[in-house]
Amino acid sequence: MRRIFEKAVKWLLTASGFVTSIVILLIIGFLFTEGAGLFKEKVIEEGYVLALNRENNVKELTAAQIKAIFDEDVTNWKEFGGPDMRIEPFRLEDADKLFTEEELGGQYENAGSLIASLIEAHPGMVAFVPESMIPKGANLNFIEDRSISPKEVFAGSEWFPTATPAPLFGMWPLLAGTLWVSLFAILFALPFGISIAVYMSEVASERVRGFLKPVIELLNGIPSVVYGFFGLIVIVPLLQQVFGLPVGESGLAGSIVLAIMALPTIVTVAEDAMRSCPRSLREASLALGATQWQTVYRVVIPSSMSGIASGVVLGIGRAVGETMAVLMVTGNAAAVPSSILEPLRTIPATIAAELGEAPAGGAHYQSLFLLGVILFFITFFINLCVEYISSRNKAKNS
Amino acid sequence: MNRKPFIFLAIATLFFNSVAQAQRIKGSDTLLPLTQELAEEYLAEHPEAEIIVTGGGSGVGIAALMENTTDIAMASRSIKFGEKMKFAEEGLKAVEVTVAYDALAVVVHPSNPVSRLTREQLEAIFRGKITNWKEVGGEDRKIVVYSRETSSGTYEFFKESVLENKNYMSSILSMPATGAIIQSVRQTKGAIGYIGLAYLNRYVKALAVSYDGGVHYAEPSVENAVNGSYPIVRPLYYYYDSGKEAEVSPFISYVISPKGQESVLSQGFVPVTEEETRR
Repeated sequence: MRRIFEKAVKWLLTASGFVTSIVILLIIGFLFTEGAGLFKEKVIEEGYVLALNRENNVKELTAAQIKAIFDEDVTNWKEFGGPDMRIEPFRLEDADKLFTEEELGGQYENAGSLIASLIEAHPGMVAFVPESMIPKGANLNFIEDRSISPKEVFAGSEWFPTATPAPLFGMWPLLAGTLWVSLFAILFALPFGISIAVYMSEVASERVRGFLKPVIELLNGIPSVVYGFFGLIVIVPLLQQVFGLPVGESGLAGSIVLAIMALPTIVTVAEDAMRSCPRSLREASLALGATQWQTVYRVVIPSSMSGIASGVVLGIGRAVGETMAVLMVTGNAAAVPSSILEPLRTIPATIAAELGEAPAGGAHYQSLFLLGVILFFITFFINLCVEYISSRNKAKNS
Repeated sequence: MNRKPFIFLAIATLFFNSVAQAQRIKGSDTLLPLTQELAEEYLAEHPEAEIIVTGGGSGVGIAALMENTTDIAMASRSIKFGEKMKFAEEGLKAVEVTVAYDALAVVVHPSNPVSRLTREQLEAIFRGKITNWKEVGGEDRKIVVYSRETSSGTYEFFKESVLENKNYMSSILSMPATGAIIQSVRQTKGAIGYIGLAYLNRYVKALAVSYDGGVHYAEPSVENAVNGSYPIVRPLYYYYDSGKEAEVSPFISYVISPKGQESVLSQGFVPVTEEETRR
């Protein structure tokens, strides 16, 4: 009887472990396939073309150039190697203003030919219209469309995922923002976290410890949106006054909030590691005549290094992946930050703010998944670093 | 023995009847709370009716209308030309009813001496061409521009109306909610941002705006939005297929009745007059 029961439990554990691993692998696979789909998307929005007059010999435009044209920042074709003509951008939505309902016809059957003749009449015009609308054999030139290139995505410095006709997916500002904010968060959290941990495990009396530990662990239970709101109302105006900044929403505000959020993790894990340092080691050190501080510095901290390191990594992991608090205090400006006192935008905040409205399967949606993949690699890299540190430490100790 | 199919049939008829009567309304999240409120009031008067209201965004609502998965589409923008063409391909005709107006106020820090701007100046500020308040007659202070996230309908409308479809500058600060914009503008001296009229409060200063190059300026207020002198106003629409007129008209006529429009006003939107509703 007992044998059967044990077998059943064993089988159940194996099955659940197996299923969970498969699900995790599938999720990662899903993330990667969705993210990689971005490079199959076209620069110009699906199903649309950019039509030009016959006299215009411009063949190729990058997404950034298309944006400059439709923003009317560039107004002459000469700058893109075309003839010396003024650029006249035309969107399908302008058709309502230029033609009457009668001209377009009840089923809008005349719209395509009307727009084609409009382009033929204006040599400098570039029209953003559906491919299916252009009548067969129309005497027009078209901008050649190509797939979005990885270079534009990873090295591009402009993030305009909803721009029409050609969205821009430059992820460099978001990546830089994430790394910048996390780096400073950990710079703030590390010294404070370690010193609180040392104080609690080595210095504080049992009563103080019994009070402090639950209080610090309580910080973990506060929802991140509460931290965000606290940051927006308290830290942001404070920074503005202290540094005399024109705008308080900055990377620094974000890293301070993240540092506060990462503290409990670092403290709890590091303190547990230090307390589990064998009594024999401490006593041996004290017996050799070392002071208490020397014992902590030379014996306790080195022997619990791997525990401290994993606490730090968990803290960094929280900082890198934190969404809501960062969304509220960093200002979310998608520009490459040149100092920590400037507004910046992180990857998790971008995903959280935009995924809800991005049409499923579109280029914007896929670009957000690609951001997820980048985030995955950042955390993966951090984990590898820690594995390396703790394994080297173990080798040294033994 | 023979009873079972009968019961099943009876239940099935009941079920299908109630589904056929239930009106499905879907679309803009801006209109969602207002429509829910109106539907509740309507149901209190007509307990036999059934109305299901869901959000999802203006584009989602209009697409659902095309696929006949909703009876009324709520939209915070007018139907696009491309969407009209798709309707025509399906042999449908979308009827447009304006149910309310929503005005956007451009707000600055209360201490800012600038009290009015033209559309051209606003465009230059939000596109990063003007970066200091002294260029528009204010103090020598850097302009800090706040915007909503790209997913917001307000973001789209402001881009369409004030920026004439051009893109915002890339270093714009984007906030996740209207409340966050108010909080930030309130505590940042050089700030400028935009919010729905209903959110306007004494902690931020609203600017008068001119769309005719500085000839006429108008303060954002319900009266100015109603009489048409304030320019940054968007109509909010219901769309339905002309073939379903009979089914949807009781609810729609309640919405545009004086009683329905009272709720529109109490929800912070600008009411419409009877003759404005249908075009």
